[in-house]
Amino acid sequence: MTRSVIRLVTTAEDHRIARLAAAAIGLSLIDAAIPLPLPGIKPGLSNIVTLIVLARHGWRVAAWVTGLRVVAGGILLGQLLAPGFFMSLAGALSSLLILAGAARLPKRWFGPVSWSILAAFFHIGGQLALARAWLIPHDGVFYLAPFFAVAALSFGIINGLIAAGLLVRGQGSEDRVQKTEDR
Amino acid sequence: MSWSSLLRPGDYLVAVCGAILCVVSFPLAWQEGRAEKAVVRRGGEVFAELELSRSRRIEVPGPLGTTVVAVEKGRVRVVSDPGAHQYCVRQGWLERTGQIAVCAPNEVSVEVAGGRKPYDSLSY
Repeated sequence: MTRSVIRLVTTAEDHRIARLAAAAIGLSLIDAAIPLPLPGIKPGLSNIVTLIVLARHGWRVAAWVTGLRVVAGGILLGQLLAPGFFMSLAGALSSLLILAGAARLPKRWFGPVSWSILAAFFHIGGQLALARAWLIPHDGVFYLAPFFAVAALSFGIINGLIAAGLLVRGQGSEDRVQKTEDR
Repeated sequence: MSWSSLLRPGDYLVAVCGAILCVVSFPLAWQEGRAEKAVVRRGGEVFAELELSRSRRIEVPGPLGTTVVAVEKGRVRVVSDPGAHQYCVRQGWLERTGQIAVCAPNEVSVEVAGGRKPYDSLSY
């Protein structure tokens, strides 16, 4: 009997993406556990990870981390391929789209808070578009839009500030992480 | 470390734009389609405009007699009409913008207006 061994060759970047995605998944579970008055409004804590990844490792890694988070989060919450999963996918895709542009804005003027606010608005925009087109094909869905907009602005600012704070604080520690990775 | 040190000049701009969007979204989302009313015409001229949110019943005098129009639960209908065929009465409740009931013999029409019209006109 021959034993076949499949060995996946992973790079340091794969490890980094996996580690960051794990953090994002953990935060999205916390997100789902926080009770909020209106369905559809969530703090979106895992976006903090997306913002930090975007600032440090660029858009490509951020897209990977977000995609993994949406899929794995869907599995863990029992939402995979359910409407809620597609809603979070639509939100993630449209906010990644705007982040691709936002990351190109001059860094001197626009920081993580700008990214966060833009991403939050596009997140809810993508979700509303999908809900209108597919789940609730009636203009009634827009009735709640103002609440979503206010939530997007407030959580966008809060998450952006947290991400910016972590980025400033982590400037020194990043080098240390880099060294342990190299070892 | 203060919070303001984490903000860059453009961040304030984006936040202000977001706040404006929030403020604008309220009337945009809530007024549209809400100010719906029924326009009652007699002989081509507007006879009355009825808010669909308030139940009401009006009598419209025409050349043949009285046409009765009633508003109830956000919809409107012709209750009775002296016309021979009763087409407008049998049309029943009108609730969508652009819907219209015409009592041609008595020269009375009822049209649902307000909100965004999904089409310019309807022909039967």
